[in-house]
Amino acid sequence: MRDVSVTDIAAAIERLFIEANFELPGAVIKGLERAAEEEASPTGRAVLQELLENARIARVERLPMCQDTGLAVVFVEVGQDVHLTGGSLAVAVAEGVRRAYKEGYLRNSCCDPFTRVNTGDNTPPIIHASLVAGEQIRIVAMPKGGGSENCSEVRMLTPSQGIGGVKAFVLDMVRRGGPNPCPPIIVGVGIGGNFERSALLSKEALMVPFGKRNTEPRVAALESDILREINGLGIGPGGYGGSVTALDVHVKMLPCHIASLPVAVNIQCHAHRIKEMTL
Amino acid sequence: MEIKRITTPLREADVLGLESGDKVFLSGYIYTARDAAHKRFVEALDAGQSLPFDVEGQVIYYCGPTPAAPGRVIGAAGPTTSSRMDSYAPRLLSLGVKGMIGKGKRSQDVKKAIGQFKAVYFGATGGAGALLSKTVVSYEVVAYADLGPEAVARLRVLDLPLFVVNDCFGNDLYEMGMSQYGAG
Repeated sequence: MRDVSVTDIAAAIERLFIEANFELPGAVIKGLERAAEEEASPTGRAVLQELLENARIARVERLPMCQDTGLAVVFVEVGQDVHLTGGSLAVAVAEGVRRAYKEGYLRNSCCDPFTRVNTGDNTPPIIHASLVAGEQIRIVAMPKGGGSENCSEVRMLTPSQGIGGVKAFVLDMVRRGGPNPCPPIIVGVGIGGNFERSALLSKEALMVPFGKRNTEPRVAALESDILREINGLGIGPGGYGGSVTALDVHVKMLPCHIASLPVAVNIQCHAHRIKEMTL
Repeated sequence: MEIKRITTPLREADVLGLESGDKVFLSGYIYTARDAAHKRFVEALDAGQSLPFDVEGQVIYYCGPTPAAPGRVIGAAGPTTSSRMDSYAPRLLSLGVKGMIGKGKRSQDVKKAIGQFKAVYFGATGGAGALLSKTVVSYEVVAYADLGPEAVARLRVLDLPLFVVNDCFGNDLYEMGMSQYGAG
């Protein structure tokens, strides 16, 4: 049994959200650079150059890369041999988020659904906590923008729709989103589980390291197929037309009910902000 | 790529000289307004009140920036999704607004109003808030300060990089781009 103070968790959360908003992961920058070489449209190439310059300015000047600094999505994997001390995990995570958005001059983007009054400190965060083996705590911070989240959906397909139905659904979501989710996008697809598990799976799919394929060959093939078909849509960088609409597609799959084929599509913008650390 | 430089306020001649796909550097004063501010604009008009600034020839930027860190004019300042302002936009265009800056598709009603009132819809690159903030020379809240990031602010910009998405002739860069590069 190892003691971990929730104060350390709050400090980690604060740092992760600030860094995530200032520093685009190196793998995503490489993806944008490759896209800038491959993109067929001159306008698309110009947009990709803007995005690379934007990432550089954000990193060097410590400015958020996007004004939508997101709702604070937090995945916490707590080792079952950890004893948390000094208070509640949820309170500590919220405190870390509160401090990050204040100290980092990030935008508070959280409000009441109907009155639209801002909560003022970007809380409550969205926390997905799970128990894992061991005595460590892994924290993943993902500030998630609203524009791309608005282009996401869960759909309960029928089993007979199969793999073709899944592909058609993903393509339909990307087509409908068009320029709105800030392409080039990254697409997380959750297949199976049940209604809520598929949605969470699609978010977990976005946490898979950029460029990494699923270990199961048939799922990896599906990822590659969907990516190729998305890039045939012609939406392009910024939606102004082009050959690079998505940088990557990640699929996660679980068994489901014999009556169901749940599928969730979670769209992520090119500002794929994600930072993690292990305590 | 040729760059057209224009300055606000926009006159009809400026708008008539712009076509979908043009790269534009915009300079002068522009006004930020997004969801909550648009709702208040329309509530004010419905109550017979005037808008908080003279909209004739002006350009509205769908933007809610991050707070300015010490020593900065503004934080990150990129565009938000324009379609959420679609239900309000035709009314503002009818009152003299000449330009809108945002990202993403507009409704048929907005496109029709753009043609009818000789206006223009520009796209700024979504997710390039740090880059775009470098073109902002001044920032001053002019209305609805209580809305925080959604307050209406007057920005002075110098060479704000934009593309013309919807021109006043009925063209749409998003549709043009997809038909040129899509597999069909």
